[in-house]
Amino acid sequence: MKTARNFGKYWLYAPLVAMAIFYLLPMYVMLVTGFKGFEEIDLKTMWNLPRGLALDNYIEAYNKLSPYLWNSFKMVIPATLLSSMLGSLNGFILAKWKFRGADIIFPLILFGMFIPYQSILIPLVQFMNAVGVKGLLGLAMAHIIYGIPITTLTFRNYYASLPQELLEAAKMDGADMLGIYRYILLPISIPSFVVVLIWQFTSAWNDFLFAVVLTGNQQWPITVALNNMAGSQIIAWNVQMAGSLLAALPTLLVYIFLGQYFLRGLLAGSLKG
Amino acid sequence: MRRDKDRFLNVLLVSPSILAVLIFIYAFIGWSVRVSLSKWKGLTPDYTWNGIKNYLELFADPRFHVDIRNTLIFTGVFVVGSVLLGFFLAVLLDQGLKGEGFFRSLFLFPMAISYIVTGTVWRWLMNPAMGSRMSGFNLLLKYIGLESLANAWHTTPNWGIAAIALAAIWQMSGYTMALYLAGLRAIPHELKEAAQIDGANEFQIYRYIMIPLLAPVTLSVLIILGHMSLKVFDLIIAVAGKQLPLDVPAIYMWQATFDGLFYGRGAAIGILLLISVAILIIPYIRYTLKTEAEQ
Repeated sequence: MKTARNFGKYWLYAPLVAMAIFYLLPMYVMLVTGFKGFEEIDLKTMWNLPRGLALDNYIEAYNKLSPYLWNSFKMVIPATLLSSMLGSLNGFILAKWKFRGADIIFPLILFGMFIPYQSILIPLVQFMNAVGVKGLLGLAMAHIIYGIPITTLTFRNYYASLPQELLEAAKMDGADMLGIYRYILLPISIPSFVVVLIWQFTSAWNDFLFAVVLTGNQQWPITVALNNMAGSQIIAWNVQMAGSLLAALPTLLVYIFLGQYFLRGLLAGSLKG
Repeated sequence: MRRDKDRFLNVLLVSPSILAVLIFIYAFIGWSVRVSLSKWKGLTPDYTWNGIKNYLELFADPRFHVDIRNTLIFTGVFVVGSVLLGFFLAVLLDQGLKGEGFFRSLFLFPMAISYIVTGTVWRWLMNPAMGSRMSGFNLLLKYIGLESLANAWHTTPNWGIAAIALAAIWQMSGYTMALYLAGLRAIPHELKEAAQIDGANEFQIYRYIMIPLLAPVTLSVLIILGHMSLKVFDLIIAVAGKQLPLDVPAIYMWQATFDGLFYGRGAAIGILLLISVAILIIPYIRYTLKTEAEQ
């Protein structure tokens, strides 16, 4: 019985491998196209392996895109750090402190996670213009503010899961609220911080909608620059492929090295924290 | 004393965020509603009252009909495809095979990439050229002897949007798989073993035990994916730019507002999108908070 079941399991690798190929196809094209020399670029031989390891495409794509890659970093890193800090503080307070109206405020924050940003886009642009906050600063602000719901939620779920006794014990020792937060909760929140940092980094890096309304062409982040490059007729498809890989690389690396945390962020994003 | 100080600190620390949410989300929604009820068309704001005329015009607008049709096709293909594929992969990975972690990471990695990157690459993979100029998926189909399946992908008349949904399935099915896998892992082993002792086969176990127990996961998946497809924007822009056959409400909103300066209409589309998302999400939030409170 047992051997029969184990034997029966080997065929399961066939669909798994087939699906793995499906998920890797676009990556394969991005990668091999990037490594082809300009003389072997032809849509008809798209699937062929490169003859050597030329870097022409990557160099050209990097030359075209590097200012925008840096724009992305300049905007994404502060936005990620600040919104995670805010989320942690909010989560802590909302998890432990039952104030009047919490039952109303909390669902309101939650719903903010799901709204289509088209429904606030016109006021957002008007507001940013009125207060004169433009470009990368405005974009970072938008990511921080619209990141509050998800970061607050993730931390709140985490802090709410901690035993109440932990806090009571600290109070006995004479710690005030900020002391509890600083010395007891913060050190054990590192895993939640990693989850939230990754989530915010990925969504701010990958955002297109806010970027395209809030920044002009000097300050475009990479997604907007890549899309404009792909839309122009002048730039060859091989350079677009190499550029796509450059644009995907930061979040891909984060995923490869911190995939477990990434998965937890995803599950939190569906309210199943 | 200390309690008062703590309370004061609580209010001080949390109120900026709550205020920001109330202003940047709820006051802005109110502002959008007001714009949608105005005659604003042009660079300078014009809040002259226009009643629900912008909405009425939209409902009569053939372009908006195309948008609704495209959204329905996209949602159908994307949601059904992601659910079936995600469930299939989760069941495969739940069999305790070696290398499970590797395959799981592999199926999930597209989630880390932006729709703009996905769209830029898929645009070339879905190259509709035929005959000697074949490339991308069509060429691949020819290589494996399935040339008859070669097609025009997103440039197919009327159904092009379904091809865009394929790219979205590529990106999101790993997420569905992760949700189902977490759900499968939460089902106690005894249930499966008891059914096996009673003589149920693998198919019956899934049909009568696992799938019904996974109903809450399926509900989450349907709602999350459904609300995503209402908002789809970047992916279509990256594959095809702003083309009428592939138009959806988010793109129309964009063009009406920022290309056409017809703010009243743009705001109306934004608010209609919000209402359709709210219809899905509000009951879901209530259900989630209720189950959380019961636990």
